[in-house]
Amino acid sequence: MSDQSIRCECGHLNKEGTILCEACGKPIEGNQHIDGNDEKHVLEMRYEGSARRSQTYKRTFVDKTWAFFSSVKVGVWLIVITVVLSALGTVYPQEQFKNSPLPSSQFYVEEYGLTGQIFYQLGFHNMYSSWWYITLVALIGVSIIIASIDRYVPLRRALNNQKTKRHEVFVKRQRLVSKDNELNEDGVNKLKENLKSRRYKVYEDDGHVMAEKNRFSRWGPYVNHIGLIIILLASIFRMFEVMHVDDYVWVREGETRVIPSTNQEYYVENTGFVYEEYDPETQQQFSRALEDVDEPVPKNFQTNAVIYRTTEETLPGQEPELEEVTRGEIRLNQPVTFDGYALYQAGTQLEAEYDSMSFDVQLNDEVLGEFTFYSDEAPPEFHLEESDIMVSVDDWYPELEFTENGPSSFSKFPRNPGLIFSVENPDTGDSERFFYLQEDIIPLSEDNELVMNVTGVDRRSASGLTVKKDNTLPLFGLGAGIFMIGVVQGLYWYHRRVWIHPKGEGVYHIGVHTNKNWYGMKQELEKITEDTNVQEFEDQQELK
Amino acid sequence: MDFYVLSSTFLYITFFVYLIATAFFGMTLGNNRDENKKSKATKLAMTFTIIGFASHLTAYIFRWVEAGHIPVSNMFEYITFFGLMLVLCFIVIHFVYGIPALGLVALPIAIVIIGYGSMFPQEVSPLVPSLQSHWLYIHVTLVGLAQAILAISFIAGLLFLIVKVDQTVRNKETTFLEIIIYAVLSTVGFIILSTGFGAMDYEATFIQEADGYQYEIEYDKPALFQPNNSELMTEDRFNSGLETPAWMQGIDAGKKLNTLTLSLLAGLLLYGLVRLMLKGKRIGASLQNKFGKINPDVVDDVMYRSIAIGFPLFTLGGLIFAAIWAQEAWGRFWGWDPKEVWALITWLFYAVFLHLRLTRGWHGKKSAWLAVIGFVIIMFNLIVINLVIAGLHSYAS
Ligand code: HEM
Repeated sequence: MSDQSIRCECGHLNKEGTILCEACGKPIEGNQHIDGNDEKHVLEMRYEGSARRSQTYKRTFVDKTWAFFSSVKVGVWLIVITVVLSALGTVYPQEQFKNSPLPSSQFYVEEYGLTGQIFYQLGFHNMYSSWWYITLVALIGVSIIIASIDRYVPLRRALNNQKTKRHEVFVKRQRLVSKDNELNEDGVNKLKENLKSRRYKVYEDDGHVMAEKNRFSRWGPYVNHIGLIIILLASIFRMFEVMHVDDYVWVREGETRVIPSTNQEYYVENTGFVYEEYDPETQQQFSRALEDVDEPVPKNFQTNAVIYRTTEETLPGQEPELEEVTRGEIRLNQPVTFDGYALYQAGTQLEAEYDSMSFDVQLNDEVLGEFTFYSDEAPPEFHLEESDIMVSVDDWYPELEFTENGPSSFSKFPRNPGLIFSVENPDTGDSERFFYLQEDIIPLSEDNELVMNVTGVDRRSASGLTVKKDNTLPLFGLGAGIFMIGVVQGLYWYHRRVWIHPKGEGVYHIGVHTNKNWYGMKQELEKITEDTNVQEFEDQQELK
Repeated sequence: MDFYVLSSTFLYITFFVYLIATAFFGMTLGNNRDENKKSKATKLAMTFTIIGFASHLTAYIFRWVEAGHIPVSNMFEYITFFGLMLVLCFIVIHFVYGIPALGLVALPIAIVIIGYGSMFPQEVSPLVPSLQSHWLYIHVTLVGLAQAILAISFIAGLLFLIVKVDQTVRNKETTFLEIIIYAVLSTVGFIILSTGFGAMDYEATFIQEADGYQYEIEYDKPALFQPNNSELMTEDRFNSGLETPAWMQGIDAGKKLNTLTLSLLAGLLLYGLVRLMLKGKRIGASLQNKFGKINPDVVDDVMYRSIAIGFPLFTLGGLIFAAIWAQEAWGRFWGWDPKEVWALITWLFYAVFLHLRLTRGWHGKKSAWLAVIGFVIIMFNLIVINLVIAGLHSYAS
């Protein structure tokens, strides 16, 4: 890279590629085509006519790559492509939402036909984690970084080097100008006073005046782009498994279970599950809506949870020593948190399991004894103390189903318990058998003399809890915060400058620049020129 | 006192007051615009707009009192809120910029939006557990406000196009403008159909057979498209015999397709009638004559500034607060749910708008078209994503 600096007639040494002298603003001959100033009367002020690398050097491969990514047009195209693809990805559900036992290779074609097939074959069913989508976002990131550096560095130089004293051409070729004003000293002072009262900083040099305010708003875009880059970095970190925990655990009422993905360190106990529904009787205002639906509307899903930590290393098979860490009510929108982890209410199996079934045994209307079968313990026999009778559990089917080979259990969860008991008849000494299923007792022989009854059942709910920990959250938060500061800074304030240029003999040109919101600028000019005889400003760039 | 009835009554009143305001805005046109600013018609129009807004707000507050929670929890409530914010933004813009012609675009749009929202079930529903959060207040209201501000840019853009599109010959721009007008008329058609058949208590029951089950489906409008594989059970009801194609998913697919087609047809009818009344002239062209002159720089500025103000608010409400809420409710701040993707699309789209404004040649008409597209994206997210694609955030289920 050669460095051919350009000296302006004001004496300032500008970098190669400079369009408007950093100090006095005089257009530098031979470079005006870069910003299109050769075609228009109003000067392009976007980057103060500073020398941007991308516009200056276009020779080597590095130059060309730099110029490519620093182009807003390229950035916009990248965003537009992302937008279009993202939209296409919502045409059919993503794989994670497809909610069907069918494999994706069949699901999309069977549900949606040919277009579904195409959707699947293009990989749109996993779009947002696909390599090409991620690459696209990464390219946007590269573009943001390069575009920002390309502009920030020269813009800062130019704004720092600007002089109060500007070249006449610069002032006259601003978008808003008022030329050839005859002002006496009082008039100029009044202008300065007005500018100051509108919170302008007013500089003076040899009769030239520059008033400036809100320069900081020019940094808004760069601040917000830094925020975006931090968010992109955070998403890269999040791709690593170690940065976050995402697991699931079912806990029955009364049960204590180890929380997965915590190195066996934490346990959760479900001390009770609460389910509530809206009642049209007590909440009259909802009665119209509640009458319309067939299903009751849920009001609350809540797990009362206690979180424990193991006090020391536990050996396999050993009961862990637990100490309570915290307790709380887990609801939707209200997780319980501990040590960076959070447990969320995510699923329920409402009274789906049988905790216990109670029975009595009678002979000739006389109760011989009662017992309760707890599903989790599933003892093989009971001793009825009142009558010294033994009840033995011959078979235990937690989730009973009938197959070709007779009764068997579908799972180990007591969702549809079946039991076969045999009870010794104290009179005859014979063993009589009973089948418990669906909360009822069926004698297995017609000449059973004993009678067995179900005296009660106790069901329990199970609560599904997601376990989350995300170490990238602070970084995302930081990025989002910086982005917000940047956009507000750049969009809610405007960088405004007014140059008062003495032509001599009490004649002044006034040039005005604002980086946006010209309507507001014009209104402010009315206040600024109040009580002076400055002529109306001409907008040299009005839309037709 | 029944706050529910009071609220509905005030909403009716609002509707008519806005109509009156629109009529007065209509009277501001045609003359020299500087006189209009202070003219009597403008004053009256603004007075009625503000009365309408007050009534609208009252309706909203009564509903809030009745429900015991902020009414933004279903389509009717959200759209009403959106309309409320839209009128509020218009009032603010009027006091800053004072462009009466903007009112003549803003109020009809607001009326159509509120009317559209009123076609959804209006019962006060209880909050399901996932909505029981203070983030409902913060996130949804801020999104509503931000979208209303962004919609102002659409309104300004539309005004710009009505006045600035070259109507001497038919071209792409005139055609697109007619399509926008047609879309608005179709919404009006939908409102007329729904209200009309609603008043008649029209009902037709179909039994649909699918996956070995039988479903009963109630139509509240005549069936141009009956459900796939179904049979009409109600006697004396119109049935074209056309079936909804099987690939359209969901139990209500037929009903939705039917309503959409009927609305588009009604829109076509309305559009045709208006064109007949105009002796065949494009509606855009006659609007242009009516609207007369505007200051294009100022309208362009409204268009840009409403996006400049709405964009950060949308970022905060629609992405950041949304993510915080999602983290609190589900433990994942972002999940590529369709609604989330469309919020991202909206955000990126307006970012594109802001970047293009930095490029030469993207002011004026081009900007106006972008503002129109932005609004289409917002409406798509609100209507199609909620009613058709329906993810986690859906108001539909
Ligand atoms: C794709 C790559 C991107 C490039 C090349 C790019 C480039 C730029 C440039 C050159 C500016 C103007 C800076 C100035 O006026 O000094 C800017 C402003 C801005 N950018 Fe980006 N940007 C990109 C992506 C994004 C994204 C993804 C967002 C957010 C969604 C964003 C948000 C903004 C905002 C809000 C402004 C301020 C606009 C204004 O002040 O009018 N940018 N960007």
